[in-house]
Amino acid sequence: MKKNVRIVINGAEHRAEVEPRLLLVHFLREVAGLTGTHIGCETSLCGACTVLLDGMAVKSCTVLAVQADGRSITTIEGLAASENLHPIQEAFWEEHGLQCGYCTPGMILCAHDLLQQNASPSEQEIRDGIGGNLCRCTGYQHIVNAVKAASRKMNQRQRAAARAAD
Amino acid sequence: MIPASFDYESPKTLNEAITLLASREDAKLLAGGHSLLPAMKLRLASPALLIDLGRIGGLDYIRDSGETISIGALATHAAVAASRLLLASSPLLAQAACNIGDIQVRNRGTIGGSLAQAHPSADYPAAILALDANIVATSQSGERVIPAHSFFTGMFTTALRPDEIITEIRVPKTAGSGTVYKKFHHPASGYAVVGVAAVVRGATGKIDDVAIGITGVAEVAYRATAVEDALRGKPASAIAEAAKHAADKVEALGDNYASGDYRRHLAQVYTRRALQEALSSKRK
Ligand SMILES: Cc1cc2nc3c(=O)[nH]c(=O)nc-3n(C[C@H](O)[C@H](O)[C@H](O)COP(=O)(O)OP(=O)(O)OC[C@H]3O[C@@H](n4cnc5c(N)ncnc54)[C@H](O)[C@@H]3O)c2cc1C
Ligand code: FES
Ligand code: FES
Repeated sequence: MKKNVRIVINGAEHRAEVEPRLLLVHFLREVAGLTGTHIGCETSLCGACTVLLDGMAVKSCTVLAVQADGRSITTIEGLAASENLHPIQEAFWEEHGLQCGYCTPGMILCAHDLLQQNASPSEQEIRDGIGGNLCRCTGYQHIVNAVKAASRKMNQRQRAAARAAD
Repeated sequence: MIPASFDYESPKTLNEAITLLASREDAKLLAGGHSLLPAMKLRLASPALLIDLGRIGGLDYIRDSGETISIGALATHAAVAASRLLLASSPLLAQAACNIGDIQVRNRGTIGGSLAQAHPSADYPAAILALDANIVATSQSGERVIPAHSFFTGMFTTALRPDEIITEIRVPKTAGSGTVYKKFHHPASGYAVVGVAAVVRGATGKIDDVAIGITGVAEVAYRATAVEDALRGKPASAIAEAAKHAADKVEALGDNYASGDYRRHLAQVYTRRALQEALSSKRK
């Protein structure tokens, strides 16, 4: 028994008739054609498939597409508002927060959730925050540095925006 | 990794969900999906129908009900961990919730789902037992209140009947007590190798009352009654000796990572630490 779903991805609406067992990550990659979201383990452990569901980080291999019906998803392709990179993306680039890049989209979206909750996390809070995301290349230190740098950038920009609004 | 085919319903009201559940023996409830979907992908579970509770509005509240705090079954681990109300008047559940899995798991998993799953290494059961919480189950015959001590009946099994849905969890306020959840995380899975939840009431240096819930050691979480009995009315200096009874008469589970003896040992050490911390963190 197929189901009709309507999922807004990065601001654009996608409608499809899907089997209820279709995982959200397969919807994103195969139905919507957005392959920035990676599949690592498919067993909820590696975090490579992390996307934002209504703004919150989730492992899209452990959400059914039908559960996302009517809701809004942000993938790595939609994180930056314009042509420019998002500050977290910039920070990963500048701090060498990636090597092969396989874990990176998930790391960045998980870091996004963390920084929404806690704008200035400590090193330990960052390590705990990305605890559900595995990286086989970097040894994590440069990822932690990148999240710290992203936090500084985002706080600076927020202060600048607040001053501009005064 | 794709689950076997199933039908899917997403009722908008609790009544519809209850009716659906009663009408189909081969149905399973879906809440956060963070135990059920992994099991379905491994084909350890292949329900013919999933009844998704996620579209039922208003079942994710955390509210003040006077003597107790009431938590809707669909409250996520993240919501419990961050609840100001819980942190102010009954922090133990929040202390356990922030230890569950990772950010992504906490954003999806629900308290009702975790209790129904009754994983032997889950975090909530220790806290629910130590708090003497009540679990409200709803079916076509109405509401039934199940006390924590009779809720967990074995590994992955509970006192829930197949037609019942957990709708609410009621926890007492613990003002005047110190509460602590201490967890030894499994390095790969993140589940508790041992998790100890402690509620301690007493003036500095003396223990008036104490409750200890332990998860991860046995097939089912339990109250460390031998430790509790040895501590009521006793000075804080009695903690170290009493904590040695944390796994008395318990058949400890062992696996490749942690043998039964090791878990027993951890239970004693974590019980001692939890009690000492709870006594010194005691609130007004
Ligand atoms: C990577 C990972 C790490 C994890 N780490 C931990 C950890 O460290 N500690 C921990 O405690 N847990 C951990 N979990 C499990 C997690 O907490 C789950 O969210 C939880 O066990 C189940 O809750 P759920 O809402 O996801 O339930 P589901 O997976 O949707 O359901 C689980 C079971 O409960 C039933 N059910 C669900 N809701 C109800 C209800 N309201 N009434 C009756 N039955 C219901 C379902 O039918 C199903 O049988 C982890 C999970 C993952 C994927
Ligand atoms: S692919 Fe989803 S957690 Fe690994
Ligand atoms: S950069 Fe290769 S897995 Fe993280």
